[in-house]
Amino acid sequence: MVWAILSLLVENKPGILFKVTHLFRSKNFNIDSISVGVTQNPEFSKMTITTIGDERQIEQIVKQLDKMIDTIEVKRLDDKKAVYRELVLFRVKISKASDSMEISNIANAFGAKIHDARKDSIMLELSASPDQITNLEELLRPYDILDIARTGVAALQRAGD
Amino acid sequence: MSGAKALIKALEKQGVKEIFGLPGGANLPMYDELFKSDIRHILVRHEQSAAHMADGFGRVSRRAGVCFATSGPGATNIVTGLATAQADSAPMVAITGQVPLAMIGRDAFQESDIIGIANPIVKYSFQPTKASEIPEVVKKGFYIAETGRPGAVLLDIPKDVQQNEASVEFPEEVKIRGYRPWTDPDVTAIEKAIKLLLSSTKPVILAGGGVIISSAFAELQSLAELLMIPVVTTFKGKGAFAENHPLSLGPIGMHGHAEANKVMSECDCVLAIGTRFSDRSVGRFDEFEKNLKIIHLDVDPAEIGKNQTTSVAVVGDVKASLRIFLRMLVQKAPQKSDHNVWLKHVHEVKEYWRQNLKLRPGELTAARILRKLREVMPAESIVTTEVGQHQMWASLFYDVIHPGTFFSSTGLGTMGWGFPAAIGAKAARPDLPVVDIAGDGSFNMTENSLATSVLENLPVIVFLVNNYMLGMVAQWQRTFYDRRMIGVDQKHCPDYVRLAESYGAQGIRVGNLEELGHAIKAGLKSDVATVIDIPIDPEEDVLPFVAPGTSLKDMILPS
Repeated sequence: MVWAILSLLVENKPGILFKVTHLFRSKNFNIDSISVGVTQNPEFSKMTITTIGDERQIEQIVKQLDKMIDTIEVKRLDDKKAVYRELVLFRVKISKASDSMEISNIANAFGAKIHDARKDSIMLELSASPDQITNLEELLRPYDILDIARTGVAALQRAGD
Repeated sequence: MSGAKALIKALEKQGVKEIFGLPGGANLPMYDELFKSDIRHILVRHEQSAAHMADGFGRVSRRAGVCFATSGPGATNIVTGLATAQADSAPMVAITGQVPLAMIGRDAFQESDIIGIANPIVKYSFQPTKASEIPEVVKKGFYIAETGRPGAVLLDIPKDVQQNEASVEFPEEVKIRGYRPWTDPDVTAIEKAIKLLLSSTKPVILAGGGVIISSAFAELQSLAELLMIPVVTTFKGKGAFAENHPLSLGPIGMHGHAEANKVMSECDCVLAIGTRFSDRSVGRFDEFEKNLKIIHLDVDPAEIGKNQTTSVAVVGDVKASLRIFLRMLVQKAPQKSDHNVWLKHVHEVKEYWRQNLKLRPGELTAARILRKLREVMPAESIVTTEVGQHQMWASLFYDVIHPGTFFSSTGLGTMGWGFPAAIGAKAARPDLPVVDIAGDGSFNMTENSLATSVLENLPVIVFLVNNYMLGMVAQWQRTFYDRRMIGVDQKHCPDYVRLAESYGAQGIRVGNLEELGHAIKAGLKSDVATVIDIPIDPEEDVLPFVAPGTSLKDMILPS
């Protein structure tokens, strides 16, 4: 099984997100994360979808997406040649006085920002690769994660690759 | 002009001459404009049949057939028709009325989100929100339905959009930037394919429905004859290659010809043309591709590698690809064939099975009645089928002589498709005899199309292979469920002769082959539909049979 980042340039019209996600459903493929936003040309949107499957499945979903009339371009990004980031927000419980300092230290080590620091909880923001986010989550888990929101991956190929 | 008028004008400009449909509240404005048009309206008794008629029309004429339905249940009634056409890559444009824009989302009377419902079973859909958009949407709809790998297109038009007045322009051409219906065949890939094909010692051509869709009959025949390679087909591809040709072995698959399945399992290289390697054709995927080099020609790049690992793939219209094949082969002037041993073996296999396949004794057996039909019908006749035992018997015992005259719901397997599709085919080709090879279970599902056939003067023959049984299900219950028969017995209901007569059609029950011959001739001469009720033994199985999940070499044969 491999993890794949798909970058789709699509028509910026109502119903396209539905069609793309429906295609995944009808082919029995799973969407790991999805992020959508309008491009510099308002006629188009960029969708970044991460998915997990074997090579044959990934190849097939790329072909099926490419065949869709509302997709202009479908690329499978090489994760070594692309910049890919996801934004995450954590709210973590503060149980004892030392927690606050320890969580701040962890946040600093990851380059995460601190928001909404309170006596009983603290909010962290991190923009990083999904792997780093998972690492941070592991370290925060002992403190009790109260809430989490992830945006899904946004990705662009590096210039020249 | 109004949106409805723009719609009808756009259809006229598209060359549409027939529309199959049924009016209702939300499509009345378009019907009112149709009233003023020369386009012929063919009234159905159920919208599903309108969709199947448009589908049959489309397959035969290779132009999109058109059907009309109203909103809500009218629209949901065409869902099976859309799915059937799309599964078999048939060009079709379905036009539904929708509740007015302001009512959408309010659970209005006869509102259904048909765009959402139909999404996975259409090639594309449009819901114009302004009357001025309609001509462009129609043009795009036909373009998408008819080009590349054809399919079903849905236009869903809210009632107020039909009624609103707008200044309207009719575009000569449309461009759809995300749509690339065809790619030019890659010549290097074809070169590799030729090399592989010529180096194989046991080659076979597998022709699929794509050959029929792109009418590449002459190219296929030239290639087969030039290289002297035996030809098998998928069931969808039945009749892509004349079945009385010495190189023809007929369809492979679950109920393929014994000789075709045998040769398919022995070959070392297959040139697969316009096929998606369905499970019904190839059996177990892993067994099929074992020890086999696959050269795959297809218009749809997403079909390459979907079900089978290919050695060489050529993406493009198969007719264009085959032409390049032929040109390069002629330039190369290849040695005729290095596989005379193989060819001799193939002929022996074919002869063996033609002689030795045990046929059921009796007068009105599947083999006898279908061979009688073939004997009496003119060679160029169009055949549709329903879905079930009769369909597979048609595949086994009715040889298609004129390529591209055999049509069936092969992908979705829609019972009730054949009869309305035959009526649609007759509308497309009134000059040709049309016969629907039917089973009683399937015919029950759309038999009210007899009204359309009679009233619209579209006479076809319903060749009713009648065991008063959902025969294929009964066969599976006999084979896999220890004869625990449930839900299959039709209990001799209805009387098909009286049913036909009640619609003003001709009903003939036959008791032997001679009567059957007379009945077919009477049907060919008749001005109205003819239902020929042919009672057969409900215990008769379709054999050979490749059980689901097994490989082609493991055929169950008649004992």
